[in-house]
Amino acid sequence: MINLLLFPVLIPFLFAAVLLLFPKKVKAQRIVTMIGLLFALASSFVLLYKVKVDGVQTLTLGSWAPPFGITMVSDMLSALLVTSSLLIVFFVVWYSFTSIGEEREKAFYYPAILFMLTGVNGAFTTGDIFNMFVFFEVLLMSSYVLIVLGGEKIQLKESIKYIIVNVVSSSLFVITVGYLYSVVGTLNMADISVKLAEIGPSGIVTVIAVLFLIVFGIKGGIFPLFFWLPGSYAAPPIPVLALFGALLTKVGVYAIMRTYTLFFTSDVGYTHNLLMILSILTIVVGCIGALAYFDVKQIIIYNIVIAVGVILFGASVMNESGMMGSVFYLIHDILIKGALFLFIGIIIKITGTSDLRKMGGLIKRYPMLGWSYLIVAFGLAGIPPLSGFIGKLLIVQGGFEAELLWQSIFILASSLLVLLSAIRIFIYAFWGEEKGEHLISPKKYRHLLAPAITLAGITVLYGVGAEYLVPFMADAANVLLDPSIYVDAVFEGVK
Amino acid sequence: MKTNDLIIQTATKVVFFIIFLFSIHIFFAGHYTPGGGFVGGLVMSSAIVLLMLAFDLKTVQEMLPINYTVVTAIGLLISILTASGSIFFNVPFFTHVFDDFYIPLLGETSIHTAMFFDTGVYLVVVGVTITIIQMIGGDE
Repeated sequence: MINLLLFPVLIPFLFAAVLLLFPKKVKAQRIVTMIGLLFALASSFVLLYKVKVDGVQTLTLGSWAPPFGITMVSDMLSALLVTSSLLIVFFVVWYSFTSIGEEREKAFYYPAILFMLTGVNGAFTTGDIFNMFVFFEVLLMSSYVLIVLGGEKIQLKESIKYIIVNVVSSSLFVITVGYLYSVVGTLNMADISVKLAEIGPSGIVTVIAVLFLIVFGIKGGIFPLFFWLPGSYAAPPIPVLALFGALLTKVGVYAIMRTYTLFFTSDVGYTHNLLMILSILTIVVGCIGALAYFDVKQIIIYNIVIAVGVILFGASVMNESGMMGSVFYLIHDILIKGALFLFIGIIIKITGTSDLRKMGGLIKRYPMLGWSYLIVAFGLAGIPPLSGFIGKLLIVQGGFEAELLWQSIFILASSLLVLLSAIRIFIYAFWGEEKGEHLISPKKYRHLLAPAITLAGITVLYGVGAEYLVPFMADAANVLLDPSIYVDAVFEGVK
Repeated sequence: MKTNDLIIQTATKVVFFIIFLFSIHIFFAGHYTPGGGFVGGLVMSSAIVLLMLAFDLKTVQEMLPINYTVVTAIGLLISILTASGSIFFNVPFFTHVFDDFYIPLLGETSIHTAMFFDTGVYLVVVGVTITIIQMIGGDE
């Protein structure tokens, strides 16, 4: 099965097209979506196994030879990301059954999610820089649908902003790819890597590197390009917010990690230092935002920004521990942000508000919710043995190895602020006197809690079972640190 | 104000079919010469838009009672399934094949799997374009 690496991209696409045929039959939509996701998930686990055993999988579409055809490459990093994004979408769709409301379900909600998943998985899998742009567009188009679906006033207002920002950054993406093409004369990422290594350090390549950082930085939400993120992400309902927060920024982060390890390794002193400084600033701004708000959505949204900074810091130091920590933290963050958004979604559903000052005393009536939220919050901050710990430990170790003393200490200190911001939600919402009415029936509460707790359980397993994941993460980090593995896999049998 | 659109309505009744046939021609011309499913689909949708201009949205919907979302979905399915044929032969996705067939009236014709893929593209383009125009045009 040489087409195996395409299955996680193709299956959601196929099922999304099928779903378009009967938009009004809500039950059928739900069942078909779940079946599609299960198939895709199964294929991604097979892919993960195959990449572990046989190494990097590549396929050049249409039987053309690389670098002329569009190459798809599945290394360990992209296989891991594809699997975790499928996992997140599975739980979010499950959660949507009780949360999103029938009106949206009848308005192409599930097809839009599956199309977005196609774009996300495609962007993780592609080995062609222009094709990556195309997959970015696929996921953006579907995210436009999701952000505006429902047509509330705030959604319309924020979606205008979201669309304009993304259209601008997409055009910049094409322009940058054009610059790159004019320098190297190829779009195949493995080929670009070879050609850029031949050129060596040069001014124009550094400029292109910074332009790519701007393009992906807008999508990924690094300082100072994250300005659109808190407002736009807060507008859509919680399941959509969970998808956006867990997946979309990570696509930008993945693209930065990929281009900064595969392409731009000639002028590390400038480009990676810039990335490091920006990632530290991103963490600073994220921490300020996470502590400043009383709105639960905003607190977690600013935590996305912090995580982006931490991951990119690990990637910017370019050594084994830092890179492995980055990969660990990237997967952790996809899972934990998904879980957190589902939990605060339940809190918002119960209290009917997202303002912390109007909540209180939920622990008496909803102890399960409270304690499992607390576990996820500890996981977010990286308290051992939960999932955030090992990633952050390795990132900080990488920082010390690269002699970035202050920056690494700062990352450690930021964990405390992350913990504080997440615990504030716990203190305000669960402790104290009961306030206001509870707007949710016990049955609905159970239905919402089930996917959230299962996902929380997975994040705990991810932390506790980290030792079993180390070989996978090491493989992913190896490919990132040694581009020749990637290049050789693509050109196997050609040169 | 009631506009006098007798001329455009009469002309459209004839021109619509010419444009339609031309779009089919462009579609089949596509493999070796300029054309193909995308352009063909655009030409076809322009024919439907002309109908809408000459008559109005409601009349056109009665004339062609088609759900264009379903057209899009069917187009997507045709394209994916054609391309997925390669999976069963274990060759890279999108690999195309062709052979010569004898077809009555047309004679020796080369049939290409890319043509079936393009049929899907044609339907998607028509479906999406008309859906957009109906959405915007139907908004009072």
